[in-house]
Amino acid sequence: MGRKLLLEHVDVPGIETYDVYRNHGGYKSVEKALKTMSPQEVVEEVQKSALKGRGGAGFPTGMKWSFLAKPEGVPRYLVCNADESEPGTFKDRYLMEKLPHLMVEGMITSSYALGANTSYIYIRGEYMFVLEILEKAIAEAYAKGWLGKNILGSGYDLDLYVAPGGGAYICGEETALLESLEGKRGNPRMKPPFPAIKGLYGCPTVVNNVESLCTVVPIINIGADEYLKIGTEKSSGTKLISACGNLVRPGVYEIEMGITVEEFIYGDEWCRGIANGKKIKALIPGGSSVPILPAHLITKTAAGETRYMSYESLSDGGFASGSMLGSGGFIVFDEDQCIVRNTWNFARFYSHESCGQCSPCREGTAWMEKVLHRLETGKGNMRDIDLLADINKKIEGNTICPLGDAAAWPVAAAIRHFREEFEWHVTHPEEAVKRNYGLLKTPEITL
Amino acid sequence: MIKVTIDDIEIEVEEGTTILNAARMIGGDVVPPAMCYYSALPGTGGKCRTCLVEVAAGSTKDPRPMPKLMVSCSTQVMDGMIVKNKTSERVIENRAGVVEFLLANHPLDCPVCDQAGECDLQNLGFENGKEATRYEEERRTFEPIDIGDHIKLNMNRCILCYRCVHVANQLTDQRVHGALHRGDHTEISTYIEKAIDNDFSGNMIDVCPVGALTDRTARFKSRVWFLNPMNATCECTKCSGKAVVWMFGKEVYKVTTRQDKYGEVEQVDGKPQWLCDECRFDKKDVSKWTIEGARHIDRHSVISQGHYEKPNPLDNKPKNIK
Repeated sequence: MGRKLLLEHVDVPGIETYDVYRNHGGYKSVEKALKTMSPQEVVEEVQKSALKGRGGAGFPTGMKWSFLAKPEGVPRYLVCNADESEPGTFKDRYLMEKLPHLMVEGMITSSYALGANTSYIYIRGEYMFVLEILEKAIAEAYAKGWLGKNILGSGYDLDLYVAPGGGAYICGEETALLESLEGKRGNPRMKPPFPAIKGLYGCPTVVNNVESLCTVVPIINIGADEYLKIGTEKSSGTKLISACGNLVRPGVYEIEMGITVEEFIYGDEWCRGIANGKKIKALIPGGSSVPILPAHLITKTAAGETRYMSYESLSDGGFASGSMLGSGGFIVFDEDQCIVRNTWNFARFYSHESCGQCSPCREGTAWMEKVLHRLETGKGNMRDIDLLADINKKIEGNTICPLGDAAAWPVAAAIRHFREEFEWHVTHPEEAVKRNYGLLKTPEITL
Repeated sequence: MIKVTIDDIEIEVEEGTTILNAARMIGGDVVPPAMCYYSALPGTGGKCRTCLVEVAAGSTKDPRPMPKLMVSCSTQVMDGMIVKNKTSERVIENRAGVVEFLLANHPLDCPVCDQAGECDLQNLGFENGKEATRYEEERRTFEPIDIGDHIKLNMNRCILCYRCVHVANQLTDQRVHGALHRGDHTEISTYIEKAIDNDFSGNMIDVCPVGALTDRTARFKSRVWFLNPMNATCECTKCSGKAVVWMFGKEVYKVTTRQDKYGEVEQVDGKPQWLCDECRFDKKDVSKWTIEGARHIDRHSVISQGHYEKPNPLDNKPKNIK
């Protein structure tokens, strides 16, 4: 049993209410930070903990905080990015739904560290029910004096708001999120200037993922030194993994970084293997935008070393034979699944969600979607496979925001590892259409 | 002043200059093409990605090359920066890719398009594109709509440079048009197809690099290369009154702003010489204008090859021949 920091009390009945949460050690980090630590000390503690951003890019949270400009007389903002829309990722929803007060507590402690007096939780439009849960928790926190003026008599004021988006994937990109929060069309901004210099309403802003901000709570509670003992050398702490696909027991798990991928997929404590007695075919370890891994590269790296659930081990081998931990959207495919169909599905998603600002992404994602749809429906030819690879190269790195890269990587990786399957679709068009991909076969869930 | 090298040519520019503007100071082949950047409209740029360049060395302090291609219109130069435009294979390859993307949904109806001859996309495709397209899919299509009495919007031709949106934001007193939807279905439109009726909205026709926004009072009257562009002025209380009238015989067919060789409106003392809608659409009579003389078109497109301006025999190198 790995150590749990975030989901320790998740099964306690009524944990979403203030009283139960408080009785289980809730809001202790706020007390500790506001009463015994200076904001700078909180930032240093988070920096020391080597917490990597849990949203997908894995940028160190403490470093991001240290970049925040602090000009005189200008307000600073903390914005929580709860616009979780990556296919396969649903960990933030679970956190906010089950532990809304942990989210609020993380926001208070982090806002204090950054000197923000107004903070926002930008939540995706589809999570309206979560918004209600959060607003209830915020109202309770206001009533108990954890939010508002002069919190705990420390002289620190904080107002916390939840703002819903309209349900666009692109608003999870931090600058598009800020545009949307300002009430504009959610188009990513040109960088530089980065949000840490010029963010929300032109003021210095930090945008962090839900899980990153929640993790600040245990870091302050147990201290960075203790936190560093958990996990591996380069990936400290625990990580929420939202496992889905053809697994016996899909769900959200909190793992200690550094358990093996094999244990996570087959272990009794975790996913309990592949559903319906099938074999594993492929794995997407970090949400739809990271490269897919074929069966032989899942439990072992190309060099034959054991693969672990950590930032460094999953990216071992670069994009040629590795992937990324990303946001922790762990998608497992069994032997019945069709990679071409899946790649098309993802391409369709990115084409639909591209903001339409810069030309490589706007035209390229739609083009890839159309070519993949032709391949999938048996109307493709061999030329199309090379064409896809070439479109990928023209999109990657040439766009304003990372959505272009996110759209290009999974297609490139699918062609790299499963080229025969694409070719099979060209040479066997009729079978390709007729084949039942078993997408609707759900695992028998036994708990 | 800081030093920057673009395609092996060194130039000193002021701090804060973008790579594109530094290249324009050198001029000639080292200038990357720009479809969305428009110097008179702050905030434009960064979208079309045609001006991508390779930065081989970031600065004297940090001479590492930048891993990604950079958009020259929005990247500021640093002291000692080394930029490669035409000398970089990678830039040429990726720019051809961008041209292919821009043309993917463009209808290529140049023979019936009123913009032909003065179209930036035609020039871009000719200079930076490949001979054939690999795009075999169905193109997205829209119905052309009239936005107001003077402007025709044909979304099929639009390359979504967003210049017109910036005109609407910055020049007119109330913004009535913007982008709808997203992705490749993004559409420039007015709010519920409302008419655009502002004193300066006609300028969006001039900033449009393609034939998506055309002048309803002038379209289909004549091919642009049959017209004689003349510098003309008029008394106007709203705008500068400095225009180019495009004449056929003694008739004024269309009125536009004065544009420089990059297709951007001329600036006098840093003030862009925009035209008001009255001068543009209603003064189609030569008696309303004071003709100053022939307009020199310094753009390497078909209209600069016109017959209306004789090269000066004393000038060994005619300016209008590239």
